Amino acid sequence: MINSPTDSVKKLNLINRRMFITGSFKFFIMIGLVSRLFFLQVKENKKYLTLSDKNRIREWKLAPVRGEITDYFGNVIAGNFEAYQLHIIPEQVEDFRYVIYRVKDLLEMTDKEFSKVLKKKNEIKPWETLIVSDNLSWKKFSKINNHLYDLNGVKPVISISRNYPFKENFTHVVGYVSQANENDIENSEIIKKNFVPGLKVGKVGLEKSFEDKLIGTNDIERYEVNAYGRRINQLEFQKGKQGKNLKLTIDTEVQKLTSELLKEKAGSICVMDIYTGSIIAMHSSPSFDPNLFVFGISQDDWQLIRNNPMKPLVNKTLQGTYSPGSTIKPIVALSALENGIINTNFTVNCRGHKHPLELYGQTYHCWKKEGHGFMNLRNAMKQSCDTYFYEVARKLGVDKLSETAKKFGLGKEVFGDLFNIEKKGLIPNTLWKKNALGQSWLLGETVITGIGQGYIQTTPIQLCLMTAQIGNGGYKIYPKIVANDDNSVSQVDKFTPLYKDSNNIKIIQDAMYASTNEVRGTSYRSRIDDLKYQFAGKTGTAQVKKITKEDRELDLKTFEIPYEERDHALYVAYGPYKNPRYALSILVEHGGNGSTTAAPMAKKLFKKIIDRDLLRKSISEKKYLEI
Amino acid sequence: MYHHTKLSNNSFGIFQKLRNFDYVLLACILLLGFISLTTMYSTDGGNILFHTKSHFVKLVIFTIMMLIFSFINIKFWFSIGYLSYLIVIALLIWTYFFGIKSSGSQRWMDLYFINLQPSELMKICIILCLAKYFHRMKLENVNSIYTILTSLIIIILPMGLVIVQPDLGTSLLIAISGIAVIWFAGINHKYFIYTMLGFLISLPFIISFLKPYQKLRVLTFLNPDRDPLGAGYQIIQSKIAVGSGGIFGKGFLKGTQSYLEFLPEKHTDFIFTLFSEEFGFIGSAILLIIYAIIIYRIVAIGILSRSYFAKIFCYSFGAAIFVYITINMSMVLGLLPIVGSPLPIMSYGGSSMLATMIGFGVVMSAKVHSQQAIA
Repeated sequence: MINSPTDSVKKLNLINRRMFITGSFKFFIMIGLVSRLFFLQVKENKKYLTLSDKNRIREWKLAPVRGEITDYFGNVIAGNFEAYQLHIIPEQVEDFRYVIYRVKDLLEMTDKEFSKVLKKKNEIKPWETLIVSDNLSWKKFSKINNHLYDLNGVKPVISISRNYPFKENFTHVVGYVSQANENDIENSEIIKKNFVPGLKVGKVGLEKSFEDKLIGTNDIERYEVNAYGRRINQLEFQKGKQGKNLKLTIDTEVQKLTSELLKEKAGSICVMDIYTGSIIAMHSSPSFDPNLFVFGISQDDWQLIRNNPMKPLVNKTLQGTYSPGSTIKPIVALSALENGIINTNFTVNCRGHKHPLELYGQTYHCWKKEGHGFMNLRNAMKQSCDTYFYEVARKLGVDKLSETAKKFGLGKEVFGDLFNIEKKGLIPNTLWKKNALGQSWLLGETVITGIGQGYIQTTPIQLCLMTAQIGNGGYKIYPKIVANDDNSVSQVDKFTPLYKDSNNIKIIQDAMYASTNEVRGTSYRSRIDDLKYQFAGKTGTAQVKKITKEDRELDLKTFEIPYEERDHALYVAYGPYKNPRYALSILVEHGGNGSTTAAPMAKKLFKKIIDRDLLRKSISEKKYLEI
Repeated sequence: MYHHTKLSNNSFGIFQKLRNFDYVLLACILLLGFISLTTMYSTDGGNILFHTKSHFVKLVIFTIMMLIFSFINIKFWFSIGYLSYLIVIALLIWTYFFGIKSSGSQRWMDLYFINLQPSELMKICIILCLAKYFHRMKLENVNSIYTILTSLIIIILPMGLVIVQPDLGTSLLIAISGIAVIWFAGINHKYFIYTMLGFLISLPFIISFLKPYQKLRVLTFLNPDRDPLGAGYQIIQSKIAVGSGGIFGKGFLKGTQSYLEFLPEKHTDFIFTLFSEEFGFIGSAILLIIYAIIIYRIVAIGILSRSYFAKIFCYSFGAAIFVYITINMSMVLGLLPIVGSPLPIMSYGGSSMLATMIGFGVVMSAKVHSQQAIA
């Protein structure tokens, strides 16, 4: 069958017409595709290029290297050491089970440690690093290295970690670092910024206070990764900065001596430069080894520290508030002199326990059973006559006393914000009692405040500052512990006089001299006759509980009383007397008598401190030359 | 036109045939083959691995096959129009019962040396079949109910067989191939408009019949960012790859999106993405121009052809190829939802290449035998 010509022509016309329609359609759609390509590849190119880089480039941060903390002479107190670690990348190990059991044998891991490692392995991606051990001994590390031939995929790594070479000596000053937890990250921008898993940050002490300075910045590695996050190749390595070093004012030799003196005791010693306020030593005993915390403390060690009745975790220098006992007497005397209540000739007759001071039915005894007899100011300070100071305090009144005490640094934080654990203590006055307890002040409370008992509470560092400011002639100083801290607050009133009449300070200094260097002085037995070392001080014995009549009659020796009820022994001093430079405060918890327990420590300390004075000065002169 | 019939009885000498051969089209196909090989080499990460080797072997075999087909008289292709359709229908039925299951669908039949996807072949056979059907039809009969129903059955039967595999993408492409033929055969354009309207109205119902994963694809197309790591991942990564290519591309073998394995299906449906990332806007435009030339040559051969069958085949095949390309690229460039549709010749896949090469072969044959009339 053959189509008729007309039909055929019609058909051809139709098909060609439709072909042209289709063709133009195609043309426009082609144009559409090209413009879409143009839009994506030329116009939006930047956007997609960025997205593509975001896809393929990933950053890995490495833990920053922490700044070191050194003492005044440059000895490293908190340093970095090379920790020997063992890493495994599970993916690169052919037979993971074999290798991990082999490693377990070599490292003599306990089953508990081992299951911990296995758990960690299950939590990470196979190409991520599994840290089997973060601090191997050299012996184990070399053992692993010797067996590397059959430990395919095991990587012995040397990494930087924190180390405290002086162990427990500086714990309460420097603190320690440990793995950052959620709180640390939340509360600090800089930790958040530098955070990497396993990052160690300061938990207490200066390590915490100066975190921002010490932390440094991360090393950053940029890797090209594939769609599954596996590293393909390294694109860049950006070296981070080590944290700034911290130089302390502390002298390690003195610090070591303080911890030796307080060995097996609970207490605190601090030593201060009376002109610069530099802390030479500051120790709270007992202490603990901060290295235990760096890699996470074991449960046993932690229980041992936590359950120690002497409370190693408490920094007694800053946190411990104690009745100052007789060490407050210089301030009581000074306040009375300054306010013109007494003069040096003011005399009180101390008649012993048979004739105590009586006020509204309450009796107030001197510590000396037989009584001191007629006492003037100098003698009363020298022999620490309580009756004399009861009388002075009664005449002076607590408000005037508290004013002077606060002026000399009692009742407020010595270091400001530097240590967040520091306690204020308490210098009571009538207003305080009304506000805090809602009661009026009683005269009897004034009387016992005069011998540093009752409401009054001070920290050892406050007593040290007080003594320093008496020792330097009555001028205001700001204690500091970091030598190169340029952020410290402006100290406009530094060296402003704290006295009305400088003679009054001299009287107190002379009385303290007598107390140490003259016969019958309470710390006479601890004196040093050599002028080079000669010091002036004041003993103190802080009662922990009220002495009852029965106690008084029993008159027990210190060792006969249960530990918790024994008095705290205190001693404050400055020296050398002729040309003073250093002040110290010593506190021995439940140490008994200040003159027998605390004062002899001062003797040893002054020897050491003054022997090292020249060396210290040579350093400080060098420092000024550099500037 | 009786004189045409006279001429048509002449048999062509081999030299005449070689002279008639369309070298431009051949050159474009070979060029495309070369480009597809280099791209495949790049998907293998710059190594001659499985995909590159296999693609090369198929390319060589099918090109030779196409050349042989070119020299077979167009009359032969006319004569096997219905037969080929029936054979592929049989293959589709066979696949439905005995096909190889792979990732949730049953599209392939195991021929021992090759896994054949009959639905791909249907794309070309349906054109052959319908072209033959309309070849002798008088224009006044074209719009008769009988004709329309017959051609619709011819289209819907394989569509149904492919949809149950399930393979929505290919079945749509088969439908489009068939509709192209009907369009060129001269069915009243009103029917197309009505069908379009009907389709739009019933769209909500159609969507309710879609499988969940297909619905997801539509939703994802409308907003790829709704699930950037899940359903939207492919389209987002593909756009990133194309967009980051820029004007000149990232360079051969330097497509980070692909060699870092961000690109899905980079051998098959998304091969253009990789090409576009590495060769940029200029490379993509050149590729489009090559395709344009190929389509232009196919249409031109249609114009040259004496026989109505050859004309209708060429026009429809040209339109179909164009639609395949457009759908694939639109999908890759985020203009259409993701439907599985390969890019002719470029994508890895034997059946698709086989079908395309058969089509080219028939077109070539039409060129070589352009003066051949078919009674």
